[in-house]
Amino acid sequence: MTEYKQSDGAFIVERADLQQLLVTLQAHGYTAIGPQVEHDAIVYDELTHVNALPIGWTDVQDGGSYRLERRADDALFGYTVGAQSWKRFLSPPLRMLWRARKTPDGFEFVDEASPPPRYALIGVRACDLHALQRLDAIYTGGAVIDDDYQARRNAAFIVAVNCGQAGSTCFCASLGTGPEVGPGYDLALTELLDDGHRFVVVVGSVRGAEVLAEVPHRTATEGEIELAETVVTQAASQMGRTLETAGLQELLYRSIEHPHWDEVAERCLTCGNCTLVCPTCFCFTIEETTDLTGEIAERWRRTDSCFSTAFSFISSGSIRTSAKARYRQWLTHKLAGWQDQFDSIGCVGCGRCITWCPVGIDLTAEVAALRAEDTGQPIAEPPLEMM
Amino acid sequence: MMQTPLRKLQRTSAPVYGSSACKPYRCRVTRRVQENDDTFTVELTPVSARQHGAFTPGQFNMLYIFGMGEIPISISGDPADPDRLVHTTRAVGAVTRPMATLHEGDVIGVRGPFGTHWPLEALKGKDIVIVCGGIGLAPLRPALYQLVANRGDYERVVLLYGARTPEDILYRTEVERWRSRFDLEVYVTVDRATGDWHGNVGLVTALIPRAPFEPRNAAALLCGPEVMMRYAVQALQKRGIGAAQTWLSLERNMKCGMAMCGHCQFGPHIVCRDGPVFRMDQIQRFFGKWEV
Repeated sequence: MTEYKQSDGAFIVERADLQQLLVTLQAHGYTAIGPQVEHDAIVYDELTHVNALPIGWTDVQDGGSYRLERRADDALFGYTVGAQSWKRFLSPPLRMLWRARKTPDGFEFVDEASPPPRYALIGVRACDLHALQRLDAIYTGGAVIDDDYQARRNAAFIVAVNCGQAGSTCFCASLGTGPEVGPGYDLALTELLDDGHRFVVVVGSVRGAEVLAEVPHRTATEGEIELAETVVTQAASQMGRTLETAGLQELLYRSIEHPHWDEVAERCLTCGNCTLVCPTCFCFTIEETTDLTGEIAERWRRTDSCFSTAFSFISSGSIRTSAKARYRQWLTHKLAGWQDQFDSIGCVGCGRCITWCPVGIDLTAEVAALRAEDTGQPIAEPPLEMM
Repeated sequence: MMQTPLRKLQRTSAPVYGSSACKPYRCRVTRRVQENDDTFTVELTPVSARQHGAFTPGQFNMLYIFGMGEIPISISGDPADPDRLVHTTRAVGAVTRPMATLHEGDVIGVRGPFGTHWPLEALKGKDIVIVCGGIGLAPLRPALYQLVANRGDYERVVLLYGARTPEDILYRTEVERWRSRFDLEVYVTVDRATGDWHGNVGLVTALIPRAPFEPRNAAALLCGPEVMMRYAVQALQKRGIGAAQTWLSLERNMKCGMAMCGHCQFGPHIVCRDGPVFRMDQIQRFFGKWEV
């Protein structure tokens, strides 16, 4: 096996040959998952033909608003990100952890090990690639390894795509998480639409090189490489929002009693949409079930949201009953606590939480509001009086 | 631009979530004691050859009732006798209510022990002031066992305990036995006097101002409702035991016990891993803040 070398450079795959990439991936045992139009939105689903991609579609996003519109061209990747992220394929929202059977001595585990699915993720954007790496830190970087995630992740083949346009809720450029895809892909594509619909392809791994070897390609010209860079620079300049990260952790910690949380709580419905669409929100709950006879019990792991009151329930009731406390928990964990846990923030600037919030609550605006009224000092708490 | 894909850096030696780490081991209930109206104690022995993991006072286990659910419960037995795993809990929830109906011989699941402990080794040579309310005595009983077993290593050992009524006093026989010792200072108070109670009435925090300890060489261990601990911390500070010499045990929702599920977050802290026992000065920025 030849080693992949960085100097291998960039290649061109013609639009007409892109289907061969899917065919090759299938031949290598991958199930391709890619963007498709469904229910007036772009969703990720099993992809067998590139013609099923959202050809000629784009998305127009804003706080609480998402609409598909026709493009003037036949771009395959001429949109940003939809409500779904890739986490559902690597860390499924509902997953059985084990099954046990009742026995005279209590119970015994009934093991049903199955090989992990081998997914090829087609069209992973820079922000979402960063999101997968944040999930790596959560599920495989700690004291305990999530073996199911690790197996799925190790098996996954990643075809990243550079963004040629940014949505108005995007702010990856201000976080350094895009729009140019960073390391961690097997193949990275940049779609060129100038004269001749084609893709600039960069190889990121040995298996990426092996797959590309079976797809018709040629070496990219200097001009094509420059053009690809322009595409990304242009997207970066279109970002509608920014998130200032300097001092963010301390800002949130000293804002625990900031009056702005009350203001957010007047709008927040605590629906949890932001946690569902967030590509890094990872919290889960554990559910126990039995069959009708009560002889077989199962433990399931289900995606959970810090916006539910059950999330913080203890013997004396729920810790976080108010909307204010739940929104504060979400934002403070994502931007501050995450840094204590994983040495990064839990936000990659994809903008999904802004777009899919039914009332358009904007994380970047809320942080800016906290910052605007920040005195640099914790807000003084009234002294405790003895009961 | 290229770097090693992150997945190549992943470790494989750590415990694996899907198999070992999230599967309980079976334990048989070898003894069951009804402590009071809604509080009971179970003693557990492993069904197979597997031994209980050694625990340190303050740690907790996840207890699993077949098909019903799993909850975190602190260990309240003697750390010197780790073969007898002892848990005391109140029947208040969807898991503890069926747990209350367990009989000797029944089998439940156990994962653990998890979490931090009371730093008894580091506190040798000091006065130890234990302040607890209600079932908050349960996670401190292992500490009391250890203090009594190594009594010569400590100066004064003071237990300040508050219960709702005299009938609610947990481990009553044991508390009375400790109270009869000349080398332990035990003060009990109740919220409401019933029957022939002639002892203290009032909040446990009211016992702190006149408790016999030397503040300059004392450490406090607290467990109880959060509001009780807030006022206890304040009363202890008035007596001169600062936040750096005060440890407390926090209760949060826990699902995994492995710092992964996100439920037990408390500001920057993950209570199942960084707690449940915290030193007050490490958490005082968030402790007592509304709904954190």
